[in-house]
Amino acid sequence: MAATARPVTPAAALTTSGAPTTKIHITVNGQLLSADVEPRTLLVYFLREVLGLTGTHVGCDTTNCGACTVHLDGRPVKSCTVLAVQANGRKVTTVEGLEVGGKLSPVQQAFYEEHGLQCGFCTPGMMMTATALLARNPNPSDAEVRDAIRGNLCRCTGYVNIVKAIKAAGKKMQETPPAGGGA
Amino acid sequence: MSAESPHVKGGIGQSILRKEDARFIRGKGNYVDDVKLPGMLYLDITRSPYAHAKITAIRTDKALKVPGVLAVITGKDLEAAGLAWMPTLMSDKQMVLPTDTVMYQAQEVAGVVADSRYAAADGAAAVEVDYEPLPVVTNPFKALEPGAPVIRTDRAEKSNHIWHWETGDKSGTDEAMTSAAVRVSQDLYIPRIHVSSMETCGCVAHMDAVSGRFTIWMTTQAPHAIRTVYALVTGLPEQNIRVISPDIGGGFGGKVPVYPGYVIASVASIKTGHPVKWIEDRSENLQADSFARDYHIHAEVGATKDGHVSALRVKTLADHGYTDAAANPSKFPAGLFHIITGSYPFAKAFVEVDAAYTNKPPGGIAYRCSFRVTEAVYTIERMMDILAHKLNVDPAELRLQNFIPPEAFPYRSALGWTYDSGNYAGALKKAMEIIDYAGLRREQAEKRAKGELMGIGISSFTEIVGAGPSQTFDILGIKMFDSAEVRIHPTGKVIARFGTKSQGQGHETTYAQILAEELGIPADDIRVEEGDTDTAPYGLGTYASRSTPTAGAAASMAARKIREKALHIAAHLLEVSPDDIEWKDYAFRVKGVPGKSKTMAEVAFAAYTNHPKGTEAGLEATDYYDPPNMTYPFGSYICVVDIDKETGQVKVRRFVAVDDCGTIINPMIVDGQIHGGLTMGFAPSLLEEIQYDEDGNVHGGTFMDYLVPTAVETPNWETAKTVTPSPHHPIGAKGVGESATVGAPPAIVNAVMDALRPYGVEHIDIPLHPWKVWQVLHGGGKSA
Repeated sequence: MAATARPVTPAAALTTSGAPTTKIHITVNGQLLSADVEPRTLLVYFLREVLGLTGTHVGCDTTNCGACTVHLDGRPVKSCTVLAVQANGRKVTTVEGLEVGGKLSPVQQAFYEEHGLQCGFCTPGMMMTATALLARNPNPSDAEVRDAIRGNLCRCTGYVNIVKAIKAAGKKMQETPPAGGGA
Repeated sequence: MSAESPHVKGGIGQSILRKEDARFIRGKGNYVDDVKLPGMLYLDITRSPYAHAKITAIRTDKALKVPGVLAVITGKDLEAAGLAWMPTLMSDKQMVLPTDTVMYQAQEVAGVVADSRYAAADGAAAVEVDYEPLPVVTNPFKALEPGAPVIRTDRAEKSNHIWHWETGDKSGTDEAMTSAAVRVSQDLYIPRIHVSSMETCGCVAHMDAVSGRFTIWMTTQAPHAIRTVYALVTGLPEQNIRVISPDIGGGFGGKVPVYPGYVIASVASIKTGHPVKWIEDRSENLQADSFARDYHIHAEVGATKDGHVSALRVKTLADHGYTDAAANPSKFPAGLFHIITGSYPFAKAFVEVDAAYTNKPPGGIAYRCSFRVTEAVYTIERMMDILAHKLNVDPAELRLQNFIPPEAFPYRSALGWTYDSGNYAGALKKAMEIIDYAGLRREQAEKRAKGELMGIGISSFTEIVGAGPSQTFDILGIKMFDSAEVRIHPTGKVIARFGTKSQGQGHETTYAQILAEELGIPADDIRVEEGDTDTAPYGLGTYASRSTPTAGAAASMAARKIREKALHIAAHLLEVSPDDIEWKDYAFRVKGVPGKSKTMAEVAFAAYTNHPKGTEAGLEATDYYDPPNMTYPFGSYICVVDIDKETGQVKVRRFVAVDDCGTIINPMIVDGQIHGGLTMGFAPSLLEEIQYDEDGNVHGGTFMDYLVPTAVETPNWETAKTVTPSPHHPIGAKGVGESATVGAPPAIVNAVMDALRPYGVEHIDIPLHPWKVWQVLHGGGKSA
């Protein structure tokens, strides 16, 4: 596994001079990578600063807001409360991994069509949670959708159109099984 | 396009999908924390654990030994450069970093610059500060008592009183109140709340020592105003300052002020010669950025015995924290609080506000409604319900009986505003019909008989937005016009730039729609840009629902200037006199000759390839729009709540919002704005509050304690519209971003108080947490 990994160099942004590092191997959006990281490096900063995947946002640092939600082995996690070393040997999918072959995922498409976003800051995390929900329950009720996204705060939309978008995406996915989708 | 109904793709009134979403749904937005420059350093900030204390020593040696730390900046360093203090938007001053005293908990004390984000945080934790605690004042009433510790010893006036402001006819109101057959009065407290946009504040500051060019990417809703303030405060030449406001993750007013972190990062860049990034964390955001509300209101309403309102008298104490850093127009220290006569024809009104300093961070900033309109609307709409109760009439009937009638517009209020247009009864009747008001009242009577708690609440608000006419409205002297610059390229494609800055409102789409309508060019062919002071025309920014009323109007006016020039080019191309040409159905047409016409794209090509002799080439225009009046959006909201008698939990069962924002540019976006606004009206009504204990410790400094609504609590909003265009806006639009935040709280609180009617309690202050309601249910008490 390590032999095929593309090595990435942690940006200055994250390394403290002289601090001990740990080697990790991690598959991000389908690509196997290896890197030396300080053990305290949070997954979200590894994704943002080392890999430049800035679609995953930091909204609170305390696991409340969900802006940093990514998938770890298919399950949504808040990457501000996961250490990069905990993702060693595992698969991470970020918002950048939702689009497959230049085609928006059903969730992305539905957020666009149903006006499920305004400022866009919570959107990536919200879509990752929604994608995971629909993978296990493609036909959720309003209450099930609201319950599933309760760990993702949105300050702009009042959630109405987010709920609509997630249900619409579920419907679309049942009609045409998606090629990708990240979960 | 059919001949019967000519339209342009993406014109006004169409729910086209948003242009900006293409990047956001792919995770390709460009927010401040996404900006990365070569050699960039990171700033973290050491903050005070005390709300009021003397600083006796700051030791930086340990911090400087942390690997990666390059510099520590303290107030003393800034003092040498004359930057320890800076002006607020209200001509008060605020500390960038303290030289000797801290005045609120979490105040910035030192800035640590390092080569990594983590090292900067390590360094900030290693700065050692010795404090000598001072007496703390967090209650504004106590702050004004004789002998209270004076917080701002830097001022000549040795008291915590900041200003007194009043407006209206005092003696006339006193007389009318005395002679009123019916009088009601109530104390209402609107607590401190925080906008909590999902993106916190931050910047990347970069001083290029060689060119002298200072560039700052920052979370600001008003980039041009910031540039001018920076020039005035630092002495840097304004042409060398570039403020870039990239994608903004929600603003709601919290990104209007200049926070110390921006200035410390700027100084750090100048000091180190490197770009410096500062991104606050959520706790810093919730504990130290400016706050909204914190108004202690005493209101009295006088009426005739048959319920016609006659007099309104309001006395308010405003808690501004340690400095008056409110973002109000200069002439209005209490904002537009005097919209408080609302939708009703009070003959006499008088309002006075006193402001006090306390040991809290600056207050008076917006929460999706600046200028104190929310406070005003909450007051009058609560008072109308209290009056209805006193008179024992239905609150809907009382409102319908009193509304300013449609034929009275333009209507001049007792406190001096000239309302542009309205049909208040129309909106309320529509809401009553949608929700089946009569049916709900019947259901409530049945439930009440069974001992169940159900309440119905109404709010019929009138807003005042679109600041504003330059005669009256300025911020730090800069007049509150706004701008649009529109260029049509030879192939008929458009780039348009604005002095405002979207934070999620969708300007890239709605401005394009206004231009599409005015120019006959599809919205897809129009690119909208904002937020770069090097390229955009000067404007005062986006807040207070002003973008559509000001910059949106400027878009129309610039387009019309272009049309005027284009008409001459069309006449030249069609070889007729300009007098024979008319702009009709999105093209220049020869009057009375069907089929003889030129599109704007054809004219645009000619403007660069074949322009008439004696005229200038090119096709572009700029407009600085100075609105002749404010706009007055309005609406009626009806809320139905059920209360759990065991827990005191309030559940919003239904909420119908009928809004009237004049002409609707994009119905989908308007609904989105209403949904979000309603949620930010719901939040402080039932959940959010920033509290301080008597030592000035902030409670609610994380999302664990500060309860931003999740999808589970948030009701499923039902929306509808009436359309009463503004007579003075070029397209009749009024602005809509904040209506719902303003209108929702009294509807919710009125519903809860209506449900609690059997318990004999007239008012409970927001947020209506279950424990407060439970106290009423178990053991009464006049109010919690």
